[in-house]
Amino acid sequence: MARSGKPLVWGPFAAGGTLTAFLTPVLVVLTLLQPSGLAYESMQALAGHWLAKLGFAAVIGLSLWSAAHRLRITLYDLGLRADTLVAALLYAATLACTGAAIYYLLKI
Amino acid sequence: MSRRPYVRPITSEWIFRHPRYVRYMVREFSCLFIGGWTVLMVWGLKQLAEGPAAWAAFLELLRSPAGIAFQLLTLAFAAYHSVTWFNLTPKALPLQVGEDFVPDWVIAGAHFAGWAVVSLLILAWAL
Repeated sequence: MARSGKPLVWGPFAAGGTLTAFLTPVLVVLTLLQPSGLAYESMQALAGHWLAKLGFAAVIGLSLWSAAHRLRITLYDLGLRADTLVAALLYAATLACTGAAIYYLLKI
Repeated sequence: MSRRPYVRPITSEWIFRHPRYVRYMVREFSCLFIGGWTVLMVWGLKQLAEGPAAWAAFLELLRSPAGIAFQLLTLAFAAYHSVTWFNLTPKALPLQVGEDFVPDWVIAGAHFAGWAVVSLLILAWAL
């Protein structure tokens, strides 16, 4: 049977698309309003907990993956046919950014 | 070579042939804002790890006119992504109970209700 790598890139896309649909609007409202919950002490306390670290990393990683995957498909739609190169660059950037997020989370 | 195969021209002008295609592209372009804003949040984590002064500078960056404009655009595109995503849930998650399928509006409506609850809970925590 022919094996496809598609589920590997589509799975995180669907998960990230669902997460961003539920979370991104309200989180952007928070960064716009900057309530007391975004003060240094409360953010340190929140990001100091391992469960929150895990949540932050998962939300950031999956959001970035779904954005990168959608951008890849969109660039193809717009006429850019170097799909292998585009995919490699976008997914690599996603992994690098997620790695950076995990690094900073562990430093907090 | 004398053979001249037909090469289909690749263009992007098809986007403007129908309003439906424009709406599709607006939805797809939401990824630039959601992705860009998420990268900004990774920068925020770096600032949070560096200390109170760095975090204050990050919040100030978000309060700058360019920061506010970017976040307002992100909010609009992200909300559009949410609406289109939840409207598609009946197609992605058809639910059969006995002989019948659960109506589309129930599946989409449950997602919209969940979206409202999640948003309100996060707002209540932070405000």
